[in-house]
Amino acid sequence: MATASETPHIALTLRDHLPILQVLIPLCTAPLIVLLGDRRVAWGLAFLAALLSLVVSFLLMMQVMDGSFISYHLGGWAPPIGIEYRIDAANAFVLLLISLTATLVLPFALRSVADEIPARSHTLFYACFTLVLTGLLGVVATGDAFNVFVFLEISSLATYVLVSQGLYRDKRALSAAYDYLIMGTIGATFFVIGIGFLYMTTGTLNMADMAERLAGQGSNRTVQAAFAFIVVGMGLKVAIYPLHLWLPAAYNYAPSAVTVFLAATSTKAAVYVLLRFMFSVFQPEFVFDTNLLLWILAPFALLAMFAASLIAVFQTNFKRMLAYSSIAQIGYMLLGISLFSVTGLSATMVHLFNHGITKAALFMAVGALVLRSGTTFYDRIEGMGRVMPLTGAAVVLGGLSLIGVPGTAGFISKWVLVQAAFEADLWWIALLIVASSLLAVIYMWRVVEILYLHTPHPEAIHKEAPLSMVIPMWIAAGACVWFGIDTSLTMGAANTAATGLMGGTDGMALTPTVGGLLGNGQ
Amino acid sequence: MVEAFPIAFLFFAGAALLALLPKGALRAGVLLAVPLVALYLIWNLPEGNLFSAQLLNVELELMRVDRLSRIFAIIFCVAAFLANLYALHVKDTVQQVAALAYSGSAIGAVFAGDLIALFLFWEGTAITSVFLIWARRTEGALATGMRYLIIQVSSGVMLLAGTVLIWQESGSFTFEAMTLGSLGTWLLLASFGIKAAFPLMGNWLSDAYPAATVTGTVILSAFTTKLAIYALARGFPGTELLIYVGAVMTLLPTLYAILENDLRRVLAYSLNIQLGFMVVGVGIGTELSLNGTVAHAFAGILYKALLFMGVGAVLYRTGTAKASELGGLHRTMPLTMIFCAIGAMSIAAFPWLSGFISKSLILSAAAYKGYYIIWGVLLFASAVTLHHSGLKILHNVFFGQDSGLRPKEAPVQMLLAMGMTAALCIALGIFPAMLYDLLPFAVDYAPYTLTHIVTQFQLLLFAILSYVLLVKSGFYPAMKRSVYLDTDWSYRRMAPAVIGYAALMIGRMWTGVTRFALRQLTDVATGLYKTHGPEGRIARVWPTGSMVLWVAVLLAAALLVNFL
Repeated sequence: MATASETPHIALTLRDHLPILQVLIPLCTAPLIVLLGDRRVAWGLAFLAALLSLVVSFLLMMQVMDGSFISYHLGGWAPPIGIEYRIDAANAFVLLLISLTATLVLPFALRSVADEIPARSHTLFYACFTLVLTGLLGVVATGDAFNVFVFLEISSLATYVLVSQGLYRDKRALSAAYDYLIMGTIGATFFVIGIGFLYMTTGTLNMADMAERLAGQGSNRTVQAAFAFIVVGMGLKVAIYPLHLWLPAAYNYAPSAVTVFLAATSTKAAVYVLLRFMFSVFQPEFVFDTNLLLWILAPFALLAMFAASLIAVFQTNFKRMLAYSSIAQIGYMLLGISLFSVTGLSATMVHLFNHGITKAALFMAVGALVLRSGTTFYDRIEGMGRVMPLTGAAVVLGGLSLIGVPGTAGFISKWVLVQAAFEADLWWIALLIVASSLLAVIYMWRVVEILYLHTPHPEAIHKEAPLSMVIPMWIAAGACVWFGIDTSLTMGAANTAATGLMGGTDGMALTPTVGGLLGNGQ
Repeated sequence: MVEAFPIAFLFFAGAALLALLPKGALRAGVLLAVPLVALYLIWNLPEGNLFSAQLLNVELELMRVDRLSRIFAIIFCVAAFLANLYALHVKDTVQQVAALAYSGSAIGAVFAGDLIALFLFWEGTAITSVFLIWARRTEGALATGMRYLIIQVSSGVMLLAGTVLIWQESGSFTFEAMTLGSLGTWLLLASFGIKAAFPLMGNWLSDAYPAATVTGTVILSAFTTKLAIYALARGFPGTELLIYVGAVMTLLPTLYAILENDLRRVLAYSLNIQLGFMVVGVGIGTELSLNGTVAHAFAGILYKALLFMGVGAVLYRTGTAKASELGGLHRTMPLTMIFCAIGAMSIAAFPWLSGFISKSLILSAAAYKGYYIIWGVLLFASAVTLHHSGLKILHNVFFGQDSGLRPKEAPVQMLLAMGMTAALCIALGIFPAMLYDLLPFAVDYAPYTLTHIVTQFQLLLFAILSYVLLVKSGFYPAMKRSVYLDTDWSYRRMAPAVIGYAALMIGRMWTGVTRFALRQLTDVATGLYKTHGPEGRIARVWPTGSMVLWVAVLLAAALLVNFL
């Protein structure tokens, strides 16, 4: 890989353009869908874009698995003047999760969307979906602070539209989308204010450059304020516990396919941005000095693990229950961050991925249930596990992974998290992790009991979901088991990412391993 | 020769295959072939750590073969084969798959060389076995299964917690003999103790086993508790506490066993008593006593299975296993009667039957080490065993008052399974060397000396005599304390009555405490529901304004913390 920088040449291969292609493919697909304006073509194009993104992100992942990184210079303008795309193990991993979920969700969406949204909106729906994908990929891929904001807005605005599409099933989707809009905008505004402060102090927007200039700043009030704004702003997107209030409604009222995609990716991308800013832009030492982890992140993470799980226990709606469970699971990720060690960050990274696939499987099952019983209230999905055996079994598998039963992906991440707690000599935190998993046993058992130990509701359609839904669902459910047994990919990537992140500036060194267009990293 | 691989996986593969195969001969073939193939493989395994796997950063030893683990694996294979043969008529996929997976987990646990692997298989036995109870598909079985599962899983959780603590201390996961002391070792002991049905921890046994299906009980009786005995023998040999725990175990369930009407429950209590013998053996910790424990587990699995099979066959034909509703079945089920009698005589340790050669090892070990009181307790317990597990069953089911029932003889495969088990019981009794050669330590012990045989016969004859007298005089089984005073051995009989009374009181206190705890728990849950429930304050849909307020609060807090 180093050859590119040693022997400059103009004719770059397609492989060198992968970082920009990652974002460009879905970005160009979205207007194409609108221009062509055909309902059937729309889905095909969106799926093609997602599939290509998956291939690209997989190739990128393979390149950076060894701990190196790729720096791509947009338009050949070298950073810090030009915009830089920077791919390392941490974001390649998240890119893979996002494009993988998109590729799985689209086949699933075909029937689900046809059922939940009137045909005339389909074209725009898929266009928005591709935009969300663009935004999320962009947020993760870019190495430019302002670029993060731009892509964040692209994905958020498109997400609001997608959430509001739930209105055909329940009018409350509109107010959910509105709340999400308000909260999301506040979050983005805080974030951009934070970046403004940073720009004020450093005079640069390139993240690596910013990190270098910040290193000499010491305890600058402006920088500290920037940090608070960025953490709270991103915290809104992440749905840190008291800032989570938009999430249950948004997940619950959004169309099923949208919920699958959002739950598996959007909060995860936000967690990534939070990590990137905390550890790469601000330095680990700076973060440690501010006490924010100790006094805000850790307590609220623990609170989320219990309060949100308890709410989930008492829910009477499967989909809403899962939304609250997501908030609790985000608590685990934040806990991993606040343990402030390589193991802790590994736990966060691997849980980010594992929880993504677990929730994808579960929310797809929700979509299948919606298709057959029309709703996800417990009293209406009674006994559906018996008439929809494949869907029911996927719920059980996903549930096991959510609980963290050995042999499932969820176990791996919790195990690493418990290890991190022990490394920090905080055995009581390890106990709390196990205790909150028990709450997951309760809320998942309720669902399993409802799905299997009751007679099926007479008004539901007693038929298994179509294969186009069952296959993606089972790929996700199978992944929950696969990544619970073979952890080389997930743990390998998470470890490399965590080591890089804890390395601080070292992980953001300006010498790239692969040159971008014309720039070649000089 | 096949390379060494975890034998448990053979069972899991078999279980998976079963689910795919159509019902019928093919399935039966798999059910019988898997344990036999496993038995052949285990027999030929060399000793040592043969297979390790990587889970995260932990090296799992999945095949620790030594004399201790090998003999348990062998008897588990034999038991799995016999139980599957007995259950050949069952066409229920769930039961078949669960039976194979359950025996596989137990064998995996026995071969586990470290605590993590042990934990995985430990939980495996819990989860797979509960399906044998649920397979009865009644409301009661569902609830019982749930209780059983909760207890079994909490045993696993304790094991995991203990493992983590031990790892914290020593940095290693190896499963070796340890001494009680740290919290971690106590947790492990408690975890094993639950599965081994220690006093007050073992109520699940008499609760769950009689609730399983006819064939399920036979399978259940073999594995879970013996696995715990294995774990104790491996982890806590020579822990003196266990001697007394075991002695209490041999006495405590006696009263219940005598009074109980449901014969499968009687057998469950008597199983608990037999476990007591083994625990005593572990506690003494000499080579002789450990040999005795292992031998008794080996023999116990066989004769206990035989008795459960016999009573199961009766239950299968007549639909009941209640002593009060049965009687006089020897007319139409003579073979079952003979097999039951062999099982009963084995459990009561008649010379030339399997119970004798194993039980006497433990008794002798206790006597050699000077535990005379314990020796007496064990002797007494084994005599009473003849009452409730032997004579009571034979008398009430096959002889005694004619119930008028004329069921058909048990089906062929059941008779075959019982016959083979009975033959094994006799063979072991006549050729003790067969078993002694497999034991973990070299055996220098002659069970058939004149003194042993005469003492044992005296004891047994007295036991039979007392039973006959009691039944004839109408005192049995409605036991009152006066009955004890009438007999020769009253001073010994007092003990169980007192202990039984104490257990009753403790039981009541326990019920009171749990009820109180339950009420508190309900209050807490109601409180939580008020706040966290769908209408609760923190789960309600919030107005946008207050959401924004929270953001402001958090930002202020973050700024404050940063500036401090």
